[in-house]
Amino acid sequence: MLYNVENFASHFFVLGDPLIYGADVSIVLVSLAIVFVLTYYKKWGWLWREWLTTVDHKKIGIMYMIAALLMLFRGGVDAILMRTQLIMPNMPFLKAQHYNEIFTTHGTIMILFMAMPFIFAMMNIAVPLQIGARDVAFPYLNAISFWLFFFAAMLLNLSFVIGGSPDAGWTSYAPLAGLTFDKGPGENYYLLALQITGIGSMATGINFFVTIMKMRAPGMTLMRMPLFTWSILAACIIIIFAFPPLTAALTLLLMDRLAGAHFFTIFDGGNPMMYVNMFWMWGHPEVYIVVLPAFGVFSEVVATFSKKRTFGYASMVASLIAIAVISFFTWVHHFFTMGAGPGVNSFFAVATMIIAIPTGVKVFNWLFTMYQGRIRTKLPMLWAIAFIPNFAIGGASGVMLAVAPADYQFHNSYFLVAHFHQVLIGGVVFGMLAGMYYWWPKMFGFMLNERLGRIAFWFFNIGFYVCFLPQYWLGWMGMTRRIYTYLPGMGWTFWNIISTFGAYLMGVGFVFIVLQILYSIRYGERDLTGDPWDGRTLEWSLPSPVPHYNFARIPEVTGRDAWWTMKEAKQKGEMQPELEPLKPIHMPNDSGRPFILSVLFFIFGFGMVFTWYPMAAVAFIGILLSLILRSFEYDTDHTLSVDEIRRTEAAYGRV
Amino acid sequence: MMQKRTGTYTLIAALCATLFLLPGCGEQVLVFHPVGPVGQVEKQMIILSIVMVSIVVIPVIALLWVIVVRYRDTPDNPTPYRPEWSESRTLEFLWWAVPIVIIGVLGFVTVQKTFALVRPPGKVINPLTIQVTSLDWKWLFQYPGQKIATVNYCEIPANRPIEFVLTSNAPMNSFWVPQLGGQEYTMPGMAMKLWLEADQPGVYFGSGANFSGEGFSHMHFHVIARPQSDFDHWVQRIKSTAPPLTTQQYAVLAQRTIVQPMSFSTNQPGLFEKIVSQDGGMYMRRDLMKGKVNTHVGTD
Ligand code: HEM
Ligand SMILES: [Cu+2]
Ligand SMILES: [Cu+2]
Repeated sequence: MLYNVENFASHFFVLGDPLIYGADVSIVLVSLAIVFVLTYYKKWGWLWREWLTTVDHKKIGIMYMIAALLMLFRGGVDAILMRTQLIMPNMPFLKAQHYNEIFTTHGTIMILFMAMPFIFAMMNIAVPLQIGARDVAFPYLNAISFWLFFFAAMLLNLSFVIGGSPDAGWTSYAPLAGLTFDKGPGENYYLLALQITGIGSMATGINFFVTIMKMRAPGMTLMRMPLFTWSILAACIIIIFAFPPLTAALTLLLMDRLAGAHFFTIFDGGNPMMYVNMFWMWGHPEVYIVVLPAFGVFSEVVATFSKKRTFGYASMVASLIAIAVISFFTWVHHFFTMGAGPGVNSFFAVATMIIAIPTGVKVFNWLFTMYQGRIRTKLPMLWAIAFIPNFAIGGASGVMLAVAPADYQFHNSYFLVAHFHQVLIGGVVFGMLAGMYYWWPKMFGFMLNERLGRIAFWFFNIGFYVCFLPQYWLGWMGMTRRIYTYLPGMGWTFWNIISTFGAYLMGVGFVFIVLQILYSIRYGERDLTGDPWDGRTLEWSLPSPVPHYNFARIPEVTGRDAWWTMKEAKQKGEMQPELEPLKPIHMPNDSGRPFILSVLFFIFGFGMVFTWYPMAAVAFIGILLSLILRSFEYDTDHTLSVDEIRRTEAAYGRV
Repeated sequence: MMQKRTGTYTLIAALCATLFLLPGCGEQVLVFHPVGPVGQVEKQMIILSIVMVSIVVIPVIALLWVIVVRYRDTPDNPTPYRPEWSESRTLEFLWWAVPIVIIGVLGFVTVQKTFALVRPPGKVINPLTIQVTSLDWKWLFQYPGQKIATVNYCEIPANRPIEFVLTSNAPMNSFWVPQLGGQEYTMPGMAMKLWLEADQPGVYFGSGANFSGEGFSHMHFHVIARPQSDFDHWVQRIKSTAPPLTTQQYAVLAQRTIVQPMSFSTNQPGLFEKIVSQDGGMYMRRDLMKGKVNTHVGTD
């Protein structure tokens, strides 16, 4: 009996590794600290009422952002561990299995649990405000999306200490990820966590698509929308079409693993290449899902901080749409080397190169937005400026990878690793940081310290080049990705040392960002104007932080850069339109159900990971019940009285 | 002041350049030191693509530099400020057109070379066939013509096209010998062709390029190219000294282990085909029946 318990425990908990014990201890300590603080300051009720049950897009956005930063930290620690292991040949720091788990979780977390929530954060925070709406189309669904993502992230992170992490790469190719070659629960964690967060992403895609199509303020035609909103519209369209293949691929692989099916096994007629195709049918569009919103942020930031209209607005919109469409016709470039034949390879090579054209056009339009403007290098603009050379080089190496015969030499090498980090960090991470700095005063009502932010910027930026430029070179020297160790005598050591050093610099940069936030929470300057950057779009017409109903009066939009136009009219002393009287506002009720529903999904996922079907079944019934209960809920919204609105507005000194 | 700064930048640039050129400018940058026609074509494509993308990248970085320096928001900035200027047909035409031309040229050459590389390099004068199987975690090379086999190294005659036929009896991997040419996947149930050739004798680094589990990092091997006569000698030597590749021996090899290089005086006729057909080779039955395996165009 005792032996059985012991045996179970040693498989359930991951034992025998100091790093994991460290993680165990820190998880327990952090959880205890959180519980203690919440109890000591009597904040449980506040947490539940203000955050866990909220359906307010602004608060959901903030929660997405905090979660994304935490995951950036987790993924960053993974990265530092890996780079430390690679600093020298034959490093005895990480074992193969451990390294494999770390690059798998690093990649999965960075893409699905860092980049995705970060773009969801920005779109939640800014899109309704930019189009003059009071919330998203489906606020309750929005909360469900967030909590599904959150608990899926928890599920994946749990794998590190319970059961073991997935270890077949973030792509999780069959047959390596199938049962024959990968027995443990790790891959199940991957499949279920992605599936659960995928439901949330799909819902967000639909939600914001409808929001943008249906909830724009009067006068805001599509061609007057801010470019950030346009980029989100494009990203949502991609989400809606790209996630179904992923869902199908994950489901089929899960059936292979749990139910003995043979979709992707190498025996009994399975076809692993089918998985590879389905994965990348989602996987390639996915990179545009995360990078288009970053483009959108840059468009806003560049125009605002150059005090100039965006150059070539129509081209900018056209290129977003073009990229969104073409992104569905390039997936085979991830496996030119699987011998699909010259015809197929040629088609996908050329399609991939074509994407570079609209992307290049965007870069020139940003440059000419700055040209003959007045550039203020505040933090958001600093990241936008740094993005341009970074993305130019990353995009160029992308075109090089698209040249199929050249790709035979680049594929699976460090050249590829350098390329995708350059576009993912230089594009997505820079973009999201720019967005965070840009909208931070809008979210919280105070400014972030510039000095600490600049230090962080330089560490991160220089660190980036030091870390990743040598990797292009390493790729040419024959170093393949996903190796945990290498031999001396290949000439790789020197460049690996430099690269690791760069990773440490980026780590220091991240620490400064955290310091900056902590410092500014205490000492940050208040933003009393609501428009600290002299903005151009409607969110800057509102006070910071924005009241929960957003607009006391829905604005009338007369042109592009709506807020800029209004400010100019006022300055010229033009007649201001009579203010309409305030009207009561309809608002959705808060609800605890999205949170509970997602906890149930978590339990369901956990049960499936360990094939404890009774547990999964109970949770599943719970999920169904809570969905049914929701359909019989009639009291779902409330009305704010004119009085209440007037009082709130007065507190901001408006009215 | 300006003078001094330019000086510093030049210095930094020079330093960076030397840093990049110092260690490993030589032979160690394998992709740029191909020793065969396939690697050569690929190197040309890489250089062509670098040149083509530079046409855009360098002006972008230069423009950014100039613009950011010139149009700063300082009170006494004398440069023009045109906050409403946001359209220019000519300019926009220019930067739609230039990339289109660049991509047009690059795309055209890419298609040409993509088709060229599935054919054997040069004239096929009695090519040598080597059947490659990636196992967990080692490489098995079988020589159907010479009736020998090796593990984790292979010898080839120089100046003769080699037809590598690739499969896997384990998770997918990828067969990559950078100096001979680019890689191709080894996939269970499929037999894929990769033409390579070495122009000169030498020892070339090769490795598995696609992650295949715990022992993946140790899946490197050497390809040793020798003059034809030396190659023939080597074959004779293996035949007379090495042990045979028995069924049991193969079963041992198929286990999940990391091993040193090995040689076998026999191969197993039919073993390669058996591996392919047992691991889902139904997709290739037609080719297998014709007695020759082919790239599986159109079968996925
Ligand atoms: C902060 C600095 C970062 C460093 C130093 C870093 C470092 C690394 C390293 C060492 C690997 C493993 C390479 C290998 O062994 O093949 C890796 C893989 C990867 N990284 Fe990062 N990374 C960073 C940030 C990011 C970000 C921000 C993203 C995405 C938004 C990202 C996405 C990925 C992906 C998708 C993989 C591939 C995982 C796989 O092979 O399955 N990384 N990174
Ligand atoms: Cu792609
Ligand atoms: Cu195949």
